[in-house]
Amino acid sequence: MSVAGEQNQRGGINITRLLMSFGPLLFLAALVVVFTVLKTSFIDPINLFNITRQISITGLIALGMTFVILTAGIDLSVGSLLAFCGMVAAVVAKGGTANTLSLSTSGTQGYGWFAALLAAVVVGAAAGGVQGLAITRLKVPPFVVTLGGLTVFRGLTLTISNGGPISGFDASMRWFGTGLIGPVPVPALIFAAAAFLCHIVLRYTRYGRAVYAVGGNAEAARLSGLRVDRILVSVYVIVGFFAGLAAFVLSARLNSSEAVAGIGYELTVISAVVIGGTSLFGGIGSVGGTVVGAALIGVLQNGLQFNNVSSYTQSIVIGLILILAVAFDRWLKSRVRR
Amino acid sequence: MSSTDAASPVLLAVEGVTKHFSGVTALSDVSLDIRPGEILGLLGENGAGKSTLLKILSGVMPPSSGHITFDGADYHPSSPQDAKRLGIVTIYQELSLIPTLTVAENIFIGRAPIGPLGLVSWRRMEEDSRAIIARVGLSIDPMTPVSALSVAEQQLVEIARALSLKSRLIIMDEPTSALTETEVQRLLSIMDRLRRDKVAIMFVTHRLEEASAICDRMTVLRDGRLAGHLDRQGGPIALPKIIEKMVGRAASELYARPAQRAVAGDVVLSVRGLRTVRDPEAPHAIVLDGVDIDLKAGEILGVAGLVGSGRTELARAIFGADRIAAGTITLDGQPIAPASPADAIALGIGLVPEDRKHQAIFAALGILPNFSVASLGTFSNGFGFMAERRERDALAGFRKMLSIRMASVEQAIEGLSGGNQQKVILARWLARDPKVLIVDEPTRGVDVGAKTEVHQILVQLAARGIAVMMISSELPEVLAVSDRIVTMRRGRITGEMPGIEANEEKLMELMALDKRDTRGPDAKEQAR
Repeated sequence: MSVAGEQNQRGGINITRLLMSFGPLLFLAALVVVFTVLKTSFIDPINLFNITRQISITGLIALGMTFVILTAGIDLSVGSLLAFCGMVAAVVAKGGTANTLSLSTSGTQGYGWFAALLAAVVVGAAAGGVQGLAITRLKVPPFVVTLGGLTVFRGLTLTISNGGPISGFDASMRWFGTGLIGPVPVPALIFAAAAFLCHIVLRYTRYGRAVYAVGGNAEAARLSGLRVDRILVSVYVIVGFFAGLAAFVLSARLNSSEAVAGIGYELTVISAVVIGGTSLFGGIGSVGGTVVGAALIGVLQNGLQFNNVSSYTQSIVIGLILILAVAFDRWLKSRVRR
Repeated sequence: MSSTDAASPVLLAVEGVTKHFSGVTALSDVSLDIRPGEILGLLGENGAGKSTLLKILSGVMPPSSGHITFDGADYHPSSPQDAKRLGIVTIYQELSLIPTLTVAENIFIGRAPIGPLGLVSWRRMEEDSRAIIARVGLSIDPMTPVSALSVAEQQLVEIARALSLKSRLIIMDEPTSALTETEVQRLLSIMDRLRRDKVAIMFVTHRLEEASAICDRMTVLRDGRLAGHLDRQGGPIALPKIIEKMVGRAASELYARPAQRAVAGDVVLSVRGLRTVRDPEAPHAIVLDGVDIDLKAGEILGVAGLVGSGRTELARAIFGADRIAAGTITLDGQPIAPASPADAIALGIGLVPEDRKHQAIFAALGILPNFSVASLGTFSNGFGFMAERRERDALAGFRKMLSIRMASVEQAIEGLSGGNQQKVILARWLARDPKVLIVDEPTRGVDVGAKTEVHQILVQLAARGIAVMMISSELPEVLAVSDRIVTMRRGRITGEMPGIEANEEKLMELMALDKRDTRGPDAKEQAR
């Protein structure tokens, strides 16, 4: 799972290495056991599929965020960008902003789900590309550029939607959010397919190697002949693409694009990536880790809800786990170094 | 003028200090002393043990054995702060001032004068700072942010701060390497003034003339051992004496010169009139000032120069890593203008940079990705997928050829020794089969045994027809492997000679002496 070598020079480090690679997964398994003991219905397939549906939106963005964080970057704009792309998808799906509140799915003169999907991902990728260019050309740190993006995209969303939601899509589009293939929710399948693809790209392609290299040591990457700026721009394009894809799925699921959608998502997404073991300093991490991180947050939220823990307490728990996960990772690393 | 008479008590006495690092002895049985009002030069080539001694004295690390007394008491500082408190301040090349704060704030950092209300008294801080910096001859406004000062001024601020801390021994590590000639003179005169104020100064430098001009005594280190003490007897310590002590009689057997090889082939890389521009963000960096150099197939060209001579800048300019202001580079007779390392690499040039940790390795990544990063195109198929089998096979070949010792190719590269890391970096370039390979300080941070191996590898590469340019500040290394040697100083080439004719004295003169610096290029200019 982790790219850092699994070799051990001394005996006894094996367990440490194992924990470093599978720590989040073991923790996830432990959580599932605990929640099942507390309430057996937690393990019910219906609930588990429910969880997969819940995590698929932030999970999709977290996949893109993994690329960004692997280069030691960050993207705070994803929540706002999701809302913006969702609104764009809605406008395309409904053929304009004229009958925004009509819940009727018939008689709309929209351009269909495919055009809506295409618009969402193209706009997302383009927005990411613009931010990437600002980071590499203007030399403004990613934190600042995407913090700006966070308000800009929210403002754009409110402007085109006039502050309200755009609702009512036809059944073919809604299927992407609410449909099932067998017992499996379509969003979960989209997430799984995307995760698989990202894993392949990062693990087995030339591009993936370059992403790790740029994040591991940008100067060494440049002196090794990598076009560092292009790679940096590309990861923001990727996260933007996934924000667009997630926006489409979310709008389809809710049958509505909300101007206030995705507020605070950036934090959940970054948490998932970091809990999954990807280093904020770049160069270390994996898609598998991110999937586990996203699942961990999903299981935690669902399990706590299942046991009637208030959403207020939930955010306290998730925050603490984020900190503990990183502290644990640090501790393991210090053991290896010693 | 000085008080080196035996009557004045010894301030710092180092007796038989030894330091081991994981099996390597960096410093072995070194002794020296320094008295108040004395300037002691600490000299030695790179790797002689100067920086280890400095780290021990400044409290960065304790010695493995030996005894140090300061001002009559046992001296074992627990940290640099502790050393400072005891009265020893070390001023490093990388200055430790905080650039965003003002001069006054830097001087009074952690001990700002407090007014009646318990608040910082800015007026007193400003007034006191003005008096403090006046002691080192600075007349700048103490409320200027440090980032607006030149390197020389920043150094003086550090010295002033040291004085205000009532330091009794100031250790200066290569203080003049980033200074212009006039700034150097000013620093030397301030050192002289401090000497009269009974401050002891340890002056660590490569610049022999400066050391000779100002030092009362010198302690010379060689290969981690004491090579000898030199005393100013009536006049300045003569340069040949210093050089003799520094280089020793014979170059170490570790650098046994391989048999002379076949004559080099055609000129592969040719550089004419190369100049670089002054970077406004680093106004004191070295710029190249009209460099001409030819590199032939199958030869090793040694480039000898001190830190700050422009040797690394030359490598970076050829490699497209730094901007070129003027001049031409031709490769195989074709003019080239690499705008980025990627361009240079595509043309067949490779660079093993001097700072392995920051510029070459991807510490957390495995050996395999570290090896193949410059050849991702070679090791991937048309769809961009890595051909991992081919990649692993190639690495296995180099592992054997360069005898790289590793547990597995999955292992993180940071777990390897410096020598094996460097071999992986060499393999990175060899995988591209370059026409020109530039290696900058190829054996820095490489243990002694592996140094010889690296040298042998370079010789092998040249034998395969690669044009190798080796930059090094270790003269025995330059002498051991170079077919031809050029020396650099202050952004210029100051001399050239065949490897067999060179010796350390000749090179040291060309690298370190100012006389040659002006004579060499001028004579060349007249000849044209």
